[in-house]
Amino acid sequence: MKGEVWVYAESTDRALHEVSLEILSKGREIADKIEGSLSAVLVGRGLTDLGKELIDFGADQVHLLEPQDSNFYPDREMVEVLVEFVKEYDPDIFLLGATSIGTELAPKLAAKLKTGLSAHCIDLDINKEGHLLQIVPAFGGGVLATIVCPDQRPQMATISPGVMRVRKRESPNGKILRREIPLKGEPRIKVLETLREEPMEMPLEKAEVVIAGGWGLGGKEYWQMLEELAALLRGAVGATRPPVDEGWAREYQMIGQSGKTVRPKLYMGFGISGMMHHMVGIQDSDFIIAVNSDPEADIFKMCDLGVVGDLKEILPSLTKEIREKLKK
Amino acid sequence: MRLHPTLKVLVREGIPNVINPLDRNALEEALRIKERYGGEVIILSMAPLFCLSILREALAMGGDRAVLLSDKAFAGSDTLATSYILSEGVKKIGPFDLILCGNQTIDGWTGHVGPQLSEFLGIEGISWVRMIEEFHFDQNAMGRSKKGSVIVRRNLDYGYIRIKAPMPVLLSVVKDINTPRYATFTGILEAEKKEIQILSASDLKIEPCQVGLTGSPTKMADLFMPEMRRRREIIQEKPEVASRLIIEKIHQRGLI
Repeated sequence: MKGEVWVYAESTDRALHEVSLEILSKGREIADKIEGSLSAVLVGRGLTDLGKELIDFGADQVHLLEPQDSNFYPDREMVEVLVEFVKEYDPDIFLLGATSIGTELAPKLAAKLKTGLSAHCIDLDINKEGHLLQIVPAFGGGVLATIVCPDQRPQMATISPGVMRVRKRESPNGKILRREIPLKGEPRIKVLETLREEPMEMPLEKAEVVIAGGWGLGGKEYWQMLEELAALLRGAVGATRPPVDEGWAREYQMIGQSGKTVRPKLYMGFGISGMMHHMVGIQDSDFIIAVNSDPEADIFKMCDLGVVGDLKEILPSLTKEIREKLKK
Repeated sequence: MRLHPTLKVLVREGIPNVINPLDRNALEEALRIKERYGGEVIILSMAPLFCLSILREALAMGGDRAVLLSDKAFAGSDTLATSYILSEGVKKIGPFDLILCGNQTIDGWTGHVGPQLSEFLGIEGISWVRMIEEFHFDQNAMGRSKKGSVIVRRNLDYGYIRIKAPMPVLLSVVKDINTPRYATFTGILEAEKKEIQILSASDLKIEPCQVGLTGSPTKMADLFMPEMRRRREIIQEKPEVASRLIIEKIHQRGLI
């Protein structure tokens, strides 16, 4: 239906994922722009309270789909059920959070619906024709691209956690539509066990100081020095993609389009060239300091203080000076 | 009696002449499964002809043979069109037990192709697989594999789940699953003798309008540099001087 915006909401242990509220807030903005309505789709049993929360954050309707078994996996049968549901309402736009489940469910749905899907959008907007503009870093991250899906519906996009801001609706008003969804017999993919793992360090998203490293660090030795500096400033360590690929950093430390979005008081980047993939994840930092040996590095166009120099000299010197200052 | 699952590894087009890092993990996993259960490892890729060297490298690591889907008509395909092309390639190759893919490429980083390929093939697909625990093969009278299931560990945002899925299945793997081997000198020599089949759009009976830019629902409407208003104070000083300047800025912000 023209003007119908959908958001897929996810929950774990009867709590909504933060990203679901984030995309709901963005969905509200988009729905208002096209003078349409906003629906949230939530799958699970006994989640009426969460439905109410979705209305508080902007939904006009909440479709509560209740399978017999709440411990479901997005297997072919579940995808089939959701696809039939999408076809019934024929929404114009369908947004999903780029969670571990969302990144699998969204492409499966798009393939079945034969429609376009963009991944890890950093922003969304509407053009004059009413098409959804999906902003993503392109060509290795040197620039941003606007992706559109002019002919197929729904226009689908995933958005990473932390990218959009959560906004409560001023006068929430919506209804919950409940529906039992039929699943035949035993699920094709069976969840045997769910295991929790908590990260040990301070979460990047909450840190006031973020010290990040890139390919330019050159090895584990300087990576450790980076960690030491972060510890001195009671900050968290972030990374671009190459250090994760090289095994110096862990996946959850990655900042950027397909990683975390940070908004610290201070961000310091060492040996980072300034690819858009990374920069979109730090652009809301209060103050950005960059250290790079290449005076032409793109990050120098996007920082507050740029230091041209060899980080293998600057990093040890900076660490030493800070340690001495802290002693006083 | 030995089981003979046929394995197909997907090596998606990455940066020219480099195997996408996660595809190496997918191939490594396939080789380990073959070493344990037997079978055949087929490397499948959609890429321009100049990427033949990538397939040669995958064969040198231990793949048995390779199939390259290559046609001018494929250029500009988005993830949906790419997955469709690959699915036609898989159908052309014939029956299989397992498809392994890297969970995402380092250039596009969408993670779409695995799940979309599984949908086009009408099989189950699982993303973010960090471990394959075990296979269960149901045996028919001949003792050959007919059907079976696999138990895998799949990453979640806050941990992982253990799940059981029926075969044939498509698994998209993450880096933690293994450490890929390097090609040996003998492997490189042997790879020269292995077969690489090249299939075009017409070999796959794909209409050019179904793929490439025309057949892709997503279009690139615009390219731009974002505006980032920053102070852009750039200095080039001795390490000690630079350090003191940095510390001054940190101090001003009350963080030291």
